[in-house]
Formats: sequence, C-alpha cells, structure tokens
Amino acid sequence: MSSLPQVGAIARRSIVRTSRQPASVIPPLIFPVALMAVNAGGLRSSTDLPGFPTDSFLAFALAVPFIQGALFSTMNAGTDLARDVQTGFINRLALTALRDWALLTGQLAGVVVLGIVQVLFYIAVGLATGVEFESGALGILVLLAYGAIVSLSFGALGAWLAYRTGSGETIQALFPVLFVFLFISSMNAPRNLIGVDWFRIAATLNPVSYMIECVRSLIITGWDAQALALGFGFVIVLGIASLMLASRALRMRMTRT
Amino acid sequence: MEPDDNGIEVEGLVREYKKGPRAVDGIDISVAPGEIYGFLGPNGAGKSTTVHVLTTLLPPTAGTARVGGYDVVKDGPKVRGLIGVALQEAALDPLLTGRDHLRLQATLQGVRKDQRAARAEELLNRVGLADAADRKVSGYSGGMKRRLDLALALIHSPRILFLDEPTTGLDPQSRTALWEEVSLLRREDRVTVFLTTQYLEEADVLADRVGIIDQGKIVAEGTPAELKAEIGRPSVHAIPHREEDRPRIAEFLSRFGEPLATTRDVAVRLRDSLGLTDIVRAVDQDGVDIADLELRAPTLDDVFLAKTGRTLEGATEEADTAEQAKGKR
Repeated sequence: MSSLPQVGAIARRSIVRTSRQPASVIPPLIFPVALMAVNAGGLRSSTDLPGFPTDSFLAFALAVPFIQGALFSTMNAGTDLARDVQTGFINRLALTALRDWALLTGQLAGVVVLGIVQVLFYIAVGLATGVEFESGALGILVLLAYGAIVSLSFGALGAWLAYRTGSGETIQALFPVLFVFLFISSMNAPRNLIGVDWFRIAATLNPVSYMIECVRSLIITGWDAQALALGFGFVIVLGIASLMLASRALRMRMTRT
Repeated sequence: MEPDDNGIEVEGLVREYKKGPRAVDGIDISVAPGEIYGFLGPNGAGKSTTVHVLTTLLPPTAGTARVGGYDVVKDGPKVRGLIGVALQEAALDPLLTGRDHLRLQATLQGVRKDQRAARAEELLNRVGLADAADRKVSGYSGGMKRRLDLALALIHSPRILFLDEPTTGLDPQSRTALWEEVSLLRREDRVTVFLTTQYLEEADVLADRVGIIDQGKIVAEGTPAELKAEIGRPSVHAIPHREEDRPRIAEFLSRFGEPLATTRDVAVRLRDSLGLTDIVRAVDQDGVDIADLELRAPTLDDVFLAKTGRTLEGATEEADTAEQAKGKR
C-alpha cells in the first residue's frame, strides 16, 4: 500500500484539528503582530541611529513574527502530539498499517501548511501597513519557502519533545525557554548597534538572530547572499537534527512488533 | 494453525515489566475460529497486557502467540492487517467528528478510496451513530464513544476482533446494545472475538468459552456451563430480619453445607442431595426468623471464588486499593 494517502490523511487531521481550535490559530497570528506593533511604536526612534539599516522600524520588525509564529507552531504541534501519546491515540495509529515516517511526515505537513498560512498573513499585514519588500515578488516566494522550512524545523523540534516526554505540560513549560532565544537575539536592533557587550555576544551566538536576519534581509535589503546562506543554513541544520531526533523518539514511542 | 485461520493460539506467554511483577505468567489459550472467548478477571489481573501482546503493541518476554496463523513477534504487520482492536480507553480525538475518525481509520487501514465513504456510512448506521456522525466526539456520551470505537475496529472488515473491557462504565442499555452487536458479528460475519471483561454477566451472556485470569495466571477455562458445573452445587442465601440474628442463622445454615464468605447475607454451599425444601422445612421447625431465603445456581463468581479464594468484586476492590496506594507513594 502506498504511504502517500496515509501522509495526506494525517496532514488533513492535523489541519482540521488546528482549525477547530481557535486558541491554536489566533494567537500565532495575532500575538506576534501585536508585539510587532507595540515595538514599532516604542522603538521607532531607533531608526534615527546612525547605521540603522532602514527608516521604517515596521519593515525592520516584520521579520520577528515569522520566527515567533514558528515558535507557536512548535508548541502547538508538540502539545497535539503529546496529547496523542497521553490519550493512547498513538496506539490506535500503531495498530494500523501506518508507517512511522508517514505519521511524522503527515503531522509535519500539517504544521507546514499552517506555517505558510501564518507567513501569508504576516506578509499581508506588511503590505497593508506600507512595508515595501525590497526583494520583490520573488523575495516573497522565498519568504514563503523559508516560512515552510522554519515551520518544518520547529515543528520537528516540537514533535521530538512530544514523543520524548509524552507530556503536553512539559512542552508548554519549555515554551518560555524557546522565547528566551527570541528575545536574546537581534529582534529589536541590528547586532552591530547593540551597545551592551554580553547581549551582543549572546545575540551573535544565537542562531535565531540569523533566522531573523535572513527574513529581514529579504524585506529591507533585497538579496543578501550571506544572510540567506546563514538563515537557511541554521534552519536546515536545526531541521535535520530535529527530524532525526523526532523519528528516533517516535520509533521508541510507537512500540509494536 | 494455518495463516488463513481465524483462531488464536497462545503457549506459555509471559510478559514482565521492568521493576514489576509478571503481569502475564505463562498462560496458554486456544481460541477457535468464529468463537467468542471471554477473558475474565479483576483489574490488574493481566487481561489488558495479554491483549497488548496479542495485538502486537507489546513484545512478550517469553512464550509464543499466533493470531490468525501469524506469529505476533515475527509477523507484526500481518497480524495488524487482520485484526480489529478496541482498547480499554476509547482513544478518540475530541476535535474530530465520528465520520472524520472513520475516514482517517479507513485510509490508514488501506480501505480502497472508492469504498471508504460507503464503508463509513454502513458502520455509522450499524452502530447507531448516523445522526451524530458529523458532531465532534467531544460531545459524545461514553456509550457513543464505545460504539464509535467498535466501528473503527471494524472499518477494514477484520477476521479477528479484540475488545478490551468494551462495556466498562457503560449504562445497562448501552451495554446490552454492544453485546447484541458483538453477537451479530460472530453470527453473521464469523468474526473471532477475544473479549476481556471484569463483568461476570458479560462473560456469561456473550462468551462461548471463558478463561479466568488472576495475578497473571489462568485459573480456570471452559464454557460458562462447564465452569459452573465444576462447582456443581447451588448455594442458599438468607437475609436475617434483624442484624443480631446473623450468627444464629449462620449456625443454623451450617447444618446444610459449608459457609460462603459474603457481606450482604448469610450463605452456604449446599451439600449434595439437599434442596431448598429441606431448609424451608427446618426453618419452620426451628422457628428461625428469616426475611428472605434464596437458592442460587452457581455463577462464574462462585468459580472465581473456588479457584482463588476471593470474590471477583473483592479482588477488583483490592486491585483498585493497591493502585491508589501506588499513586499516593
């Protein structure tokens, strides 16, 4: 039996589940945009700093929701999968002809679809508020692709945590830890303009900075090969590592002879 | 047993958990094709562990098990392909509808695309959920969830069905409806059913043969009639008018047979050749004050009592208490 229908069925379930939980759909769309609006209002004068890369703080900050939204995806995907472990739904799946990799792929396909919807929403918000995308229409397509890869990587991270711990509460408790990575990054200022040494060093060591800068470059710079390479590179490495860990944890969790 | 057979063969099956006792301790079971086999025992006896091993969810520690002719360890995917399973917890997704569940399960079980919708509809009608098919499962009652669980187990027309305590927590009406459905499956589709239960009545009504398990070991096996015949003699149960008369009635009844451990009444297992009339005559002669006197045919609980020294209800309470104590530690 082909595994494609199985992948499709699991992806459909993931999307249907999420769409029926307003609390899973609305916060990843609204909160990052609300935070961006607050930051854009309060930090607008940052654009007067010499060397600030744009005169629109909104354009500068628009990159943050892309990553913040992906963090929400991590938590939602992880919590959903952990619930499957807790309720025994995973045993129901294990008793079918479903292959391990098809379950993971289907689940992540659902996360990626929702991630793309989020990215489309952020792009629409940007366009509606007058942000000009320096990389043009092709850049928007690259943003969509990047959003898909970020969702996949972070979703796989959530899946790993879910299968490893089997506890939705643990995943929710880890959520603030992931947020620390976001805040200790270049989300509110270019790294070269961060005055506090420890913060600049932490932001430089933090891969999230490069993910944000990748998105940001497509919005405010145009085509920056280095930013793109670092952004794609880090997220692909995270994705590969998370996928390997998730599939190993799933094999252990989905015990069957 | 050939691979096209619908039976179940278990020999010397053992399952040990890490740092735990043997949940299943060397059991032998043989279930014939088209038979309903009732696996009766209190909580914690090893019923669910056995089902998990037979359905390939747990590897055995020792022994062999063949389901439908396939070894559960070597041929896991083949076994899964021919069994339907409703586990103890009806693990359903509260956000999906009944129809969503059936559609998902049909796809995952490899039901042909052009047959999925019709098969789902057929099963929804069969288990009486057609009207609720497009409602989210979060709004289903316990009985509806159990019926949906049964429909999901049947989606790919399995030859062998495992039902792990399918009626636990159900109201009598839902329980009876499920019994009828299981009987129908055996009668019309010749499905082999392996049913675990802690309800004596369920095993008595449904099962062709019953295996009684306690502390991981099978303590008795046979048809309900055979098992009850092993006990043979009926029991007499008396309810005193006044509580203080209980010792006197117990002493009186002990003339007719050996006392039984009961809490609600005073009871003895009758000696051979004695009947209720002998006791009624003696009650009349001795002027014993009894509110109610009843002759009972042996039940499966009597079988359990005879084999383990405990009643099934008492054993279940013991298991529950032990479980609670473990939870508090």
